[in-house]
This record gives sequence, structure tokens and C-alpha cells, in this order.
Amino acid sequence: MRVAKTGNEAMAEAMRQINPDVVAAYPITPATEIVQIFSGFVADGVVNTEFVAVESEHSAMSACIGSCAAGARTMTSTSSQGLALMWEMLYIASGLRMPIVLAEVNRALSSPINIHCDHSDTMGARDCGWIQIYCENAQEAYDSLIQAVRIAEESLLPIMVSTDGFIISHGMESMEMLEDAQVKAFVGEYKPQHPLLDLDHPITIGAIDFTDYYFEHKRQTIEAMRNAKGIVAKIGQEFGEKFGRHYGFFEEYKLEDAEIAIVVLGSTAGTSKVVVDELRQKGIKAGLLRLRLFRPFPYQELANALSGIPCIAVMDRSDSLNSAGGPVFTEIRSALYDLEIRPKMVNYIYGLGGRNIDLSQIRSVYEDLATNKTDELVRYLGVRE
Amino acid sequence: MTTLKELSHKSELLSGGHRACAGCTEPVAVRQILMATDTPLVVCCPTGCLEVTTTIFPYTAWRMPWIHSAFENAAATLSGVEIGYKALKKRGKIPDREIKFIAIGGDGGTYDIGFQALSGAMERGHNMVYICLDNEAYMNTGIQRSSATPKGAHTTTSPAGKVVAGKRDFRKDLTACIAAHNVPYVAQAIPSMWKDFINKVQKALAVDGPAFINVLVPCRLGWGFPPENAIEIGREAVSSCFWPLYEMENGKWRLTHKPKEKTPLKDWLKQQVRFKHLFKPGNETIIEELQADVDRNWERLQKLCEFTA
Repeated sequence: MRVAKTGNEAMAEAMRQINPDVVAAYPITPATEIVQIFSGFVADGVVNTEFVAVESEHSAMSACIGSCAAGARTMTSTSSQGLALMWEMLYIASGLRMPIVLAEVNRALSSPINIHCDHSDTMGARDCGWIQIYCENAQEAYDSLIQAVRIAEESLLPIMVSTDGFIISHGMESMEMLEDAQVKAFVGEYKPQHPLLDLDHPITIGAIDFTDYYFEHKRQTIEAMRNAKGIVAKIGQEFGEKFGRHYGFFEEYKLEDAEIAIVVLGSTAGTSKVVVDELRQKGIKAGLLRLRLFRPFPYQELANALSGIPCIAVMDRSDSLNSAGGPVFTEIRSALYDLEIRPKMVNYIYGLGGRNIDLSQIRSVYEDLATNKTDELVRYLGVRE
Repeated sequence: MTTLKELSHKSELLSGGHRACAGCTEPVAVRQILMATDTPLVVCCPTGCLEVTTTIFPYTAWRMPWIHSAFENAAATLSGVEIGYKALKKRGKIPDREIKFIAIGGDGGTYDIGFQALSGAMERGHNMVYICLDNEAYMNTGIQRSSATPKGAHTTTSPAGKVVAGKRDFRKDLTACIAAHNVPYVAQAIPSMWKDFINKVQKALAVDGPAFINVLVPCRLGWGFPPENAIEIGREAVSSCFWPLYEMENGKWRLTHKPKEKTPLKDWLKQQVRFKHLFKPGNETIIEELQADVDRNWERLQKLCEFTA
């Protein structure tokens, strides 16, 4: 069914069709709309989910952990400061192996306070044991959130699916929606392995580990994250076979014979593809890789896809403040270290706090690559210096 | 009404072998809580003495479903468990059995860092009982002051020094704070008076909605008294009216125990190392202030009981 939806509407519709057992959430711009729309579904009896409007994001994630531990399929949504307030509980959710699904809308972190898009919120949460998927548009957000339920439950890890704040969350797009029954069949029934509410098999959840057990338990979570890669691939493929829209770890756009390429996440890929097409028409071999799965990080597949390209720019919509580049750059650069011929690499930090990224800026990046202006490790795009 | 004979036939849901200190009144309180009902329970603890002494992996002292996630969020975590139960029951995904939900937190995790989560859970009306085991300081981290620490008490972050005589501020009246949430049932109890305490747990569990019980649990390490005096020192907290036993049921306040004779607070203070410095010359006014505070609260409580009777 073809519909016009904003990113937030698309995520809320996916949640309606998933009809989870529990949603616990707290409002925050620009993600508010997702739970606002969803609480309307609850009020109208369109879903029979138990919705808890908690008093903070910390409590939202805590309640999600409690509900998921009880054995309920559990979802939430947040953004920026909300995700930051959840930080402590994000680690606990993954450590306790709770397959919680979070609809995230990327927004810059304070300070200065700002409500617009960058990736500093989810990038800050990149090491907390959550699977992370960055979406280019409303369609992908919708499709990914549906897949996320299965990915989380099969890997026993929590997952966040994110869209770019306002650009995608509030931008209306034409997209394809599945039938309710198709989604219901795809996500299936959640069968928790060791629910807290199994009175016949009482368990202790959240025991204290000393030096004799902590490492082994962490090692198991690490292994789960490794295994998650295969699960993301499998479920993406199954989704593609059933519904015709295929999803992998990343999207390669005219990359095969590319001599210059950029790596990008989220909505900026759309703008960049226009530039790639322009350059291709002029006979310049430009390409693009849009990274979708950032956690687990598909480093081998990325190295394969990017090998042979002499000049690569990595676009980061957040800065690590480590004076050596953004998080995507440092990880991609590390992934390419073992290539026989290492490419020239440069990092562009762009779009912080929602600063617009336009065609001319992307053109300038490709121009830098084409003219071999790669001596400076990190550059800043669209900022007044 | 529960009798000792009845209790003696009950199975212990908190096993022995946990690592609580000798003379600790927390496991005593927990055993009384768990004996109060035959309905299956799920217990949630925040980080604290009780959690670390009962669940050292690969062991657990809990013969029942138990969950801990972090320090400031037992009320939020348990509200999630309770809502999960409601959702799964509604959808027929779990057997239609009654389960009761109890959070048991310390004063640090309840009065201070967990106050917001507790307030939220109480306001949202979850069907759960929150029991605070108040030992009047952060004992798990080594006796630091909390907002439950009495004025004048020595802790490692409100030390009795050359110019400061222990904690400068009066304690927070958390029980009254939760009563102000207009929840159906709020009470104060102490494990030294087991019958009163168990009755209150039973009432709290019978309520449809949130209930709160604040329980004073003397800490021999943080208060400084011989372990064998733990139960007796609790009784004297009650007889001095420092820790009055009362309940607020649907807006009606009631004393559940009225001391035959109100004993002087200083007799109770004197038995505890944390108040030792108050008996040095120059600190008399602090004891007077503490006594005046107890008198004022006792008076207020009696008036509340009369007013709402």
C-alpha cells in the first residue's frame, strides 16, 4: 500500500503493526511524535499494548528492562538527551541480554542545547552493546523497525533504529506499507527463554559478578554481538525475499569501479547520490557507500567493498572530540588498515546541530578527492571558521 | 492475624548463607516480608547492601523470581515487570495466576537517588508494594550520609570533626512525602515489632494499587552498637517516638502502636557510636533540638490521626 508518511509516522505505524506487549516511553523532540501517535493507537484500541508514560527516560529504559525481563515484547523511543539519560540503563539492557527495540531519532547533544539533527547521541552510545541501524528515509525506518524485532529477539541483544531528526522524522515521503497481517506474520510471537514470571523456574536476574565471573559474562555479550551480524543479514534477506526491499549491512552506490568515494550514514546519502550521478555524467568515476549497520561493525565486508578505491572520504555527522576525527572515520580507517594497498583517507565533519548539508558541499568533497586534496586528516564542512 | 506458630510452618524464601553482617536487621525484615503472604511474589532490589549480600554469582539467596538492574530505579524496573505481567496476562501468554510485586530498597536508593522513580511509580498507580529498608545512611559504600540520616549523626561524609558535630540537617520525612502522593496505603514499621510489620505488609499487598512501607532497620556497623542489640535498639527507636509506628489507609492516619511511656531520645542516642560526640560538652543543644524535633513530629502525627479519624 503506497502512503505518504513522515519518518515518525512510519515508525509509529510499524509499532502499531508490531503491536508489542509493552511500550514505556517519555517525550523528547523530535521523537515525541512516535509515542504520541502510538498512545493514540492505544487510546483508540487499535493496539492492545500496555503503554506506560514514565517520568523520565532513565525510568523508561528501566521499565523496559523490567517488562522485557518479565517476558514481554517491549519497545520504546527517544532522542538525544533522552538517550543520554538512558545511558546507564542501555549497558544494563545489553548486559542482561534484553531484546528491547528502540525507535531513535538522531538529534545533537547539549551543550549548546539544540533540537536538530546530528549523530552525537547514538554515536555516543555506540559501545553500549546495542545493535545500531541508521536509516536513509522513512521507508527504511519502517522496514528496519519491523526487522529489528526479529533481530533483537534472535540475537538476544537490544537494538536501536535511527532516523535523522526533522530531516527524516518530520519530512513527508511516499513509501510502501505492508499489510497488518504481513507484519504480524513476519515478526511472529515472542518466546522468551528465561522469563522472570516463570514461577515454576524462579531465576535471579542482575546478580553481582566479582572478578571471577564478570569477564566471562561480558565475553558472552561480545560473542552475541559478533553473531548478530549474521542475524541482521539473514533477516534482511528474508524481508527482501518476502517484500521486495532488500537490506544488507550497507548500500553500495556506483562503487564497483569508483576511483573516488565517500562513506556516509543516514539521509545525507540521498543528497550525495545526486552528486554521484552528476559526476558520473561528466565521466568522473565517483561512488558512494552508505553504512546502515554500525553495530556490530561489519569491518571485513567494508574492507572488501572499499578495496581498490584510491581515495575515500568518510562523512561524520558527529565529532569524537578526540582531535583525530569522527567515530565513523576512525573505525572505517581501522577496517581498511589490512588492505594491501591502503587508500588515501580524509574525514569530513558536517551538519552538527542540524547545519544544512547541500549539493555544493558534497560536490566540494568529491572535488577535493578528485584533486587529491587529502593531506589534511579532518576537515569541517559548512562551518564558519 | 498472623501467629508465630503459623509462621514457623512457612518455608523460607530467603535462604541462609547470604553475606549480610552479623546483627544486620535487613534479612530479618526480608524474612518477615516474605512470610506475610502465600501469593507468589516477584522481588526487585536496587543496588545496595541487600542486593550485594544475597546475589553473589553463581549463588542466590532468593528462592523466588528476583531482579536487580541499577541503583536509582527499583521502582521503575518493578513497574516494568508489573506492566509486563499485566500485558502478558491480558493476552493469555502466561497462566492466569496472581502474582504480587515488591520492591525492597535502602534509604539511599529510595530517599535520594531513587526518589524520582519512586514518585513516578506511585503516581502511575502500579499494583506494587515498595518497602524501604531505612538504615539511615549509605551503608553499602561505607556509611555516608543520606537524606535519611538524622541530624547530628556521624557518617564518613558528615563526620564529627573539630568544628562540625556530624550531620547538619534534619532527616527527610519520606513516609509523609509518599503519603502526599495519595496512594491507598502508607506505613512505618520496624522488624523489632514483627507482628505489626507483617500485618502492614499484608495490608499493603491487599491494596489494589501502589503501597509504601518505610522500615527502620538498625545497622550495627553504621550506627555502632553490639550486634546482639539490633532488635532491642529498634524497639527503643519506637518507644522514644523517634520511629513511630503508624499507617495511612485511604487518607486515614492511625497509630498502630502507642508506647506506654515515651522514653527520652538521649537514652537511645547514647547506645550508638554515631551519636557519641553529641554527649561532649558544647553539643547539648543538638540533643535538645533532636528531642524537640521528635516531640513536634509525634504531636503532629497524633493530631493527624485525630483529624482524619
